Amino acid sequence: MTTVTKTATASDADSVLIPALVAGFIGLAIVFAAGLIQAQTLHDAAHDARHSTGFPCH
Amino acid sequence: MAAFARIVVSAVFAGAAAGVLAALLQLVFVQPVLLHAELYESGILVHFGAGAVSAHQDVGGVVFGRDALSILFTLLIYTGYALILVALMAAAEARGAVITARTGLLWGLAGFVSVNFAPGFSLAPEVPGVAAADVYARQAWWGVTVVAAAVALWLIAFGRGWAAWGAAVALLLAPHLVGAPEPDVFTGPVPPEIGAAFAARAFGVGMAAWVMLGGFAGFFWRREAARAGAAAQA
Repeated sequence: MTTVTKTATASDADSVLIPALVAGFIGLAIVFAAGLIQAQTLHDAAHDARHSTGFPCH
Repeated sequence: MAAFARIVVSAVFAGAAAGVLAALLQLVFVQPVLLHAELYESGILVHFGAGAVSAHQDVGGVVFGRDALSILFTLLIYTGYALILVALMAAAEARGAVITARTGLLWGLAGFVSVNFAPGFSLAPEVPGVAAADVYARQAWWGVTVVAAAVALWLIAFGRGWAAWGAAVALLLAPHLVGAPEPDVFTGPVPPEIGAAFAARAFGVGMAAWVMLGGFAGFFWRREAARAGAAAQA
């Protein structure tokens, strides 16, 4: 397992950086929209999920 | 492009699986406490009012539209977290870390500490009706604390030497020494027993959901690697 990982990733170290950044940014945007934006409709729809997952609400 | 697809596919599967299970756990364990609190928030029940109020209330059953929205948003939140988590896993693997379903459990636990427990240490999960400071100030403090805790845990896991570990300790402590935004006065109408139960349940479900998310993320990340390897050989 370890040797497979090393040989597979030594050349991937640079090529994974940009895709990881883009995917992480999309994830941030989703979390921001679902958890933090205070627009009334969005807040009301997400209310119970936000409280339950520990986001500051209201 | 192949790496991006592998990250997104792994994250969507992991986020969907953990998100559905998290939503079910929330509806069973957190939602009844939340609905009970709302009876006080709306004034239907009054704590320390004219008469004693029974601790056992009919909080209602499944409310289809409301609960469907909760499931949808829980799915979204955990899919968003999954995209960030798998992206970090990919970056760590490129630096030599071993990512599997088993190590993923630890990643999930670290996610719980970063996103739920670290901010919740000073800004406890809020039951509806609690007094609280300005929401934007709390959100800003929440965001900074989550990022600081995540960086700290990365430094503890992958950093080498006392400088990295010292920085991690400072990052973990600083937001709480500065302090979270707090209300000027307490005006919450909800009994403290319900508030405490809510915080405990939110933490418990959050930990279970995050550990599952980490495990699933590691599992699907490995499976997509095996699939890519098989495709390359074919």
